[in-house]
Amino acid sequence: MTDPRALRGSATFPPEVIREIQRAADQGVYEIRGFGTKRKIPSFDDLLMLGASVSRYPLEGYREACDTSVMIGTRFAKKPIELKIPITVAGMSFGALGSHAKRSLGWAATEMGTSTTTGDGGMTDEEREASKTLVYQVLPSRYGMNPDDLRRADAIEVVVGQGAKPGGGGMLLGQKINERVAKMRDLPQGIDQRSASRHPDWTGPDDLEIKIHEIREITGWEKPIYVKVGATRTRFDTALAVKAGADAVVVDGMQGGTAATQDVFIEHVGIPTLPAVRQAVEALQELDMHRKVQLIVSGGIRSGADVAKALAMGADAVSIGSAAMVALGCNKPVYHEDYEALGTAPGFCHHCHTGRCPVGVTTQDPELEKRLPPEKGGRLMRNYLQTMVLELQTLARACGKSHVLNLEPQDMVALTVEAAAMAQVPLAGTDWVPGKNNY
Amino acid sequence: MKTNGYIEFDLDGEELSSVHARLHSVKQGDNERSFRIVNPRGKHAVAAGLNAPMDVRIDGHVGFYCGGMNKEADITINGQAGPGVGENMMSGLIRVCGNASQSAGATGRGGMLVIEGDASSRCGISMKGIDIVVGGSVGHMSCFMGQRGHLVVCGDAGHDLGDSLYEAQIFVRGSVDSLGADCVEKEMRPEHIETLKGLLARSGVNADPKEFRRYGSARKLYNFHIDNADAL
Amino acid sequence: MCGIVGLFAKSPELQPELGRHLTAMLVEMTDRGPDSAGVAVYREPVEKGWTKLSLCNGHAEYPWETLSQEFADDFGREIRHEQRGSHSVFRIHEDFEPIQAWLRHRHPELRIVSAGDSIEIFKEKGLPSDVARNFSLDTLSGTHALGHTRMATESAVTTEHSHPFSTGLDLCLVHNGSLSNHNRLRSYLRRHGIDFQTDNDSEVAAGYLAWRMREGATLDEALQSAMKDLDGFFTFAVGTRDGFAVVRDPIGCKHGVLAETDEWVAMATEYRAIAPLPGADKASIWEPVPGQIYSWSRS
Repeated sequence: MTDPRALRGSATFPPEVIREIQRAADQGVYEIRGFGTKRKIPSFDDLLMLGASVSRYPLEGYREACDTSVMIGTRFAKKPIELKIPITVAGMSFGALGSHAKRSLGWAATEMGTSTTTGDGGMTDEEREASKTLVYQVLPSRYGMNPDDLRRADAIEVVVGQGAKPGGGGMLLGQKINERVAKMRDLPQGIDQRSASRHPDWTGPDDLEIKIHEIREITGWEKPIYVKVGATRTRFDTALAVKAGADAVVVDGMQGGTAATQDVFIEHVGIPTLPAVRQAVEALQELDMHRKVQLIVSGGIRSGADVAKALAMGADAVSIGSAAMVALGCNKPVYHEDYEALGTAPGFCHHCHTGRCPVGVTTQDPELEKRLPPEKGGRLMRNYLQTMVLELQTLARACGKSHVLNLEPQDMVALTVEAAAMAQVPLAGTDWVPGKNNY
Repeated sequence: MKTNGYIEFDLDGEELSSVHARLHSVKQGDNERSFRIVNPRGKHAVAAGLNAPMDVRIDGHVGFYCGGMNKEADITINGQAGPGVGENMMSGLIRVCGNASQSAGATGRGGMLVIEGDASSRCGISMKGIDIVVGGSVGHMSCFMGQRGHLVVCGDAGHDLGDSLYEAQIFVRGSVDSLGADCVEKEMRPEHIETLKGLLARSGVNADPKEFRRYGSARKLYNFHIDNADAL
Repeated sequence: MCGIVGLFAKSPELQPELGRHLTAMLVEMTDRGPDSAGVAVYREPVEKGWTKLSLCNGHAEYPWETLSQEFADDFGREIRHEQRGSHSVFRIHEDFEPIQAWLRHRHPELRIVSAGDSIEIFKEKGLPSDVARNFSLDTLSGTHALGHTRMATESAVTTEHSHPFSTGLDLCLVHNGSLSNHNRLRSYLRRHGIDFQTDNDSEVAAGYLAWRMREGATLDEALQSAMKDLDGFFTFAVGTRDGFAVVRDPIGCKHGVLAETDEWVAMATEYRAIAPLPGADKASIWEPVPGQIYSWSRS
């Protein structure tokens, strides 16, 4: 019998590292998985709001209005979008998600007065019907790209990258490609769909300007055009998106999820959402474009508190993807045996890439999809959005704001030195902003 | 301006967006469906997003994305075309009388793109159902990730032809500098000669189908777990 | 990311109009590069024993007259200058090295923007049309010229970061694209005695060519090895005393157009920059093949 006191694990080779090395040795290929980063990184949890007390005056509970509406696309578009709440639903493809999940999101967003976003693989009729305000993504792969959908979209998002994998493409594994998904993407059924890492017909911000111009010409200069980037060199990327003519910039931090990509990308590429927001806002301010070109922030937004902090940092709106899936039931402790069959358990599942989603969210399997009736999904999602808005308003009122966009960086302090440095707000109880104030 | 049976737009004076407002208003069955655009001077997105059967002739050289996302229209570019001519076109016909720059017909999903001269690199990149006929040669990385449709090259092809190819079919008459990953030469059977004959006839490009070789996907990259490479 | 234009006058009749044509080409590339613009013009070569310099300190009010006097006092040699916007072009009866040493010592506030027999470089931040006006570029005559409009990607928007970059006597470089290994290369070249004024990737390309040619390579050889040693995307146009050369990286992402008539040869990032040239619609037009060097020179 081994004496447990004699066992000493290695910090360099903990069990999960040993497991991964041996998996690589067995299979000879990198790990592909869904979901976002699992490592602990500085986040909005490391910031705190400064509620009003004597020096400031709060707004009263539910009575005094706290406006949450925001206009997106006021720079060039003839028909900017008005969102009643500053929380949008991020692009998730039909293919990665099943049609029930897509419809659930659309209905909830419509009820709450916000938008949903298509994804790689094109727009479905169900999605267009369900969602009153629909953002249509133009991605490098252009799967399902169609000018009719461009014309029936309310806004267009040119996706340069996403937080989970800036600089990389995606990989929708063959097991998720049923007949309908395959047809939409002009590919045979059951084969892996590699998504390109850059657009096929433009390179660089100077060409992007021409691409945006083309889309505006095709759609009669009506629709707001967003540019979405994964957070890396965010200051430059934001400035270049503005120079290329974007109406709005979407910055997706490294906590952002994915349906399927290399684990090495998810865990090792990009910067957290927290510093990315700050850099994006600074870039906009330098160009005198803050609030003129709207900033939408995504990647690890989960609660009204996250939203409040992102807005206080200077975002105009946020976008949720993974959290929306969780609201629909992702990782819910039900159907334990199906999680087990995937080799995982509720709370640990990242098996979106397998198409065997136990709760019927990221699957094309009709049997599994039955577990998420769209009406039920729509209600769950609406409740979740509703809760986040109430939380957001609660915090904004506490800070004395009659509009959530009036939250400021000065309404926050940081809990950790790292967060103080990244967000450039003072460490709680001090005047210290790392890198500033002569410290 | 209306002249002998067609309506003329002069891009030296008229804004592209107002020209497009007119062209985009054309409906199926309209009488006035013949247009000419002069003095394009390398402007971008000329005749982009057309959405009904019509004839558009452009006299001069165009910039990026001429005829982008075209549906049903018949567009003739009497000059050279910049990058991304006919990108993501759905149907209709685009004819470039001169050469085309890179990414011609990128992600095109249908219709036919004819380039009477040479096409540069990445011709037919990520093509998804379009038929492209090139009278001259194509540059490197042409038909990269080609999914569906046909690329016909009457001249030579640059290196890495058909890299990461899916189900697009490639016919080349001349030499190929090199084939990309997963692209292989395949047997030219009678049905392929028939297909090619049809494509050439539609394109109006004169070439003998028997002089071409056929290239397609080896389908070895089709699945992440390579144990079912014979999917299809 | 940027717009590049180049014009080479084959016929002498075009030479007085060179500046006017180049300005039209440059302004046409504004969308590609709204941050700064610059040109290198080859004109009126100095006689043997003389050196031509373009100097700048960032302000139009610089006392250039005093500088001339100071130089004449110290060297006792003939000097002439002509102010053009914020720059001044000096013609000095002296070799380059002693002038350079003197300027470094006495006037470190001045930058040598270009040096040689015939090259003149004018560059500044701002919209191309404003830059062209500030330097009265349309009044310049010349045999050939390169121009550049810049959309800054990762480094600052300043006059120093603007193109063209001088790479040696009568040599300059303009770049469209982005290099991905310029930081380590810059520190290597610094250790080998190449000076850099900025953190700009294109300046590293210029410094690289200068270094290779200092080591004895011809321009052609230097460009060949650049294709091996520089990583990332690039289209370079290199101006020489007698002409210019154009090369795209072997991956060939950034496009370019070449055009030729009996009167001129032109290169540009997009055809619309060539369109305003006389006879452009009849020119023979083609796209440079990636990895291949194209050059023109008067023999």
